Amino acid sequence: MGKRAWLVAAGAALSLVVTACGGVSVDDESDPPSDGSPSGSAAGGLSGTIDTMGFSLQDVIASTRVDMVKKTYPDVNVEVAEGAFEQQPFLNAVASGDPPSLVYLPRNELGSYAARGALEPLGDCIEEQSIDMGQYREAAVDQVTYDDQVYGIPEFYDVRIVLSDDSVLQDAGMTADDIDTSNWDQLTQLSSQLAVTEGDDVRRIGFDPKIPEFLPMWVAANGGELVASDGTPMLNSPEAVEALDYTAGLLESTAPWAQFSAFRDTWDFFGGENQFVKDQLGAFPVEQWYLDVLGEVSPDADVTARPFLTRNGEPITYATGQAWAIPTGGESPEAACAFMKVMTAADTWVAAAEASKKDREKNGGLYLGTYTANEEADERIFSEVYEETGRKNLDEAIQVVLDVQDAAISDPASPAAAEVQTAWMDAVLQVIEGEATAQEALDEAQQVAEEAIDEATS
Amino acid sequence: MRRPETRAAYAFISPWILGFVFFTAGPVLATLVLSMTEYDVLTRPEWIGFDNYRDAMANPDTGHALKNTATYALMYVPASMALGLALALLLQRAGRATGLMRTLMYLPVMTPPVATAVLFLLLLNGQNGLVNEVLGSVGLPTPYWTSDPDWMKTGIVILSLWSVGSVTIILYAALQEVPEALIEAARIDGAGALRRFWHVTLPMVSPALLFTTVVATIASMQLFTEAYTMYFGTASTNASDEVLFYVIYLFREAFSFFHMGYASALAWMLFLVILAITMAQLWLSRRLVFYRSD
Repeated sequence: MGKRAWLVAAGAALSLVVTACGGVSVDDESDPPSDGSPSGSAAGGLSGTIDTMGFSLQDVIASTRVDMVKKTYPDVNVEVAEGAFEQQPFLNAVASGDPPSLVYLPRNELGSYAARGALEPLGDCIEEQSIDMGQYREAAVDQVTYDDQVYGIPEFYDVRIVLSDDSVLQDAGMTADDIDTSNWDQLTQLSSQLAVTEGDDVRRIGFDPKIPEFLPMWVAANGGELVASDGTPMLNSPEAVEALDYTAGLLESTAPWAQFSAFRDTWDFFGGENQFVKDQLGAFPVEQWYLDVLGEVSPDADVTARPFLTRNGEPITYATGQAWAIPTGGESPEAACAFMKVMTAADTWVAAAEASKKDREKNGGLYLGTYTANEEADERIFSEVYEETGRKNLDEAIQVVLDVQDAAISDPASPAAAEVQTAWMDAVLQVIEGEATAQEALDEAQQVAEEAIDEATS
Repeated sequence: MRRPETRAAYAFISPWILGFVFFTAGPVLATLVLSMTEYDVLTRPEWIGFDNYRDAMANPDTGHALKNTATYALMYVPASMALGLALALLLQRAGRATGLMRTLMYLPVMTPPVATAVLFLLLLNGQNGLVNEVLGSVGLPTPYWTSDPDWMKTGIVILSLWSVGSVTIILYAALQEVPEALIEAARIDGAGALRRFWHVTLPMVSPALLFTTVVATIASMQLFTEAYTMYFGTASTNASDEVLFYVIYLFREAFSFFHMGYASALAWMLFLVILAITMAQLWLSRRLVFYRSD
């Protein structure tokens, strides 16, 4: 073989190695500057490049707000790597010393990263950018506060309400007012009454308690908490054991878990033939965003919303959502901080809500509000942007959502959030699968959770 | 070979060698070191010797995940060999349609596993899935494959058999190599179809069967994507202990619980288990596999 062939082969090898090292691509909007550091000389006081992970420009609410950042800081180049937050790529990025400038992640996962030093405390950022943390809802701020330091800026705010199928209730001679989640004995009776089964198959679920995922709300309704505000797991407290025991029975009032779950999987949850249209459900607690789904696919469904109640009859809800955070070692932290401030400011949210409303109207859909962790933003959205749809059930449901927002519990920041959550979710499954009693399962879960917390904090 | 030619040969294979060294051998060796550290990815690893291995062996979850995985493998491997061989034998009789049938049988292997998993969640639904519709129509039991813990592993075996086409194609190739003269001789000696299959065909394809058995065993011990997609995805609320397979357990420890050192130890333990099983299979094969000498 001649010299030329040898050179060709070596060149091919080199090019393959170089392209293999190309790394993860991002949604480039323009070429980043050479160093990416803020200079402080441009309009808005900042320049540089910030890249985000876990966020998507999936709708006008997202794109309008990013445009607002670009307008405020024209010299800041924003690169959005589309896709939901995933632990594996984020850990890889941090471990390889190339974290993004910003990460957008579920608030209940933030504590684990904060405890391991993977996120920057935002004290300086909040001070320098004069971010008013008082504008954000308390339940959301609690979730992004670990060891008395704020590590994230909260974004959306999802709460749970009870939705019921009026036509199902009417057939049983009832109304939505008969669904009293504070009266557990009566709720079980009602669930049995509304449920329909044929042989082993379920045709209608009476009341779906939505466990394992909503167990924290049931425990809170029973006067307890699954995890204390300081992150201490209390999985086997008497209130938690009673709540799990009760909700497992409530589920069983329709059918055993295998049948119950198989039937629920047949629902066209996001479609026009959903469980309310097909009368496959009496009632269930659900996140408020589901109203948006109903508004889009079946606005005329006979659905009524009510707040979920504690056993004392007080409204209560369970709040979740996302937050922005700055990974340790990420580029352009000052620009990243400014980005978070603009993205979550009341003016930005109002602009995004207006864009969303216009977009819905253009497509013949209903605008049912935008629910944020910024209290001031929500007040303005629902006084300046939102207009009643004229559909009584949906308009009332939105009012129910607004009324319960301040009665929220949330998962506190925990250094072992995933392990604690996996522990109690496994416990729920063991109970509903009939493998353990609530006490046994939660005792074991508590032990696992305590060990995880000890290890994470040692 | 002359030296310039040797250098050129190395240059041509260098992309693979570099890729292997940097992206396979390197990380594999790194996990061996990490398996002896406490490492959460976000902070520096700390040397702890064999503690991760001791912890893993003492943790009941390890045994549980291994038991789930072994149970799945014991169901899947024989089922895939039997079905694969049966389909290969049918393929042999397909005549002019062999080419088309071969393509059709292999097509499911090309389906992305995530898509297959989502499809089978629908097909295996206990209440209105197509599988139960068919079983029910002939009076067979209709279990809740995706929600009854006693049937979830069997459901995943059914899903896995969707891609049995890869086994079929290998065994079909082996069947093509069985000398017609041997079959004919057995027929002349009065052997029926079953005896011909048992005493001629099966021994002749036994090396291919050994190969597919070893490969299927290794793959089933590493089951991940389908089960993870079905039961451990973001919005899943049905992550039963019965489908906590070993690699899912390992993945969860590594990327959800930040136990990267512990997960590395789990990976090496799985490697040793698979190595032991493969060695046992090869040892058994000395008595069961017939190798033709030319």
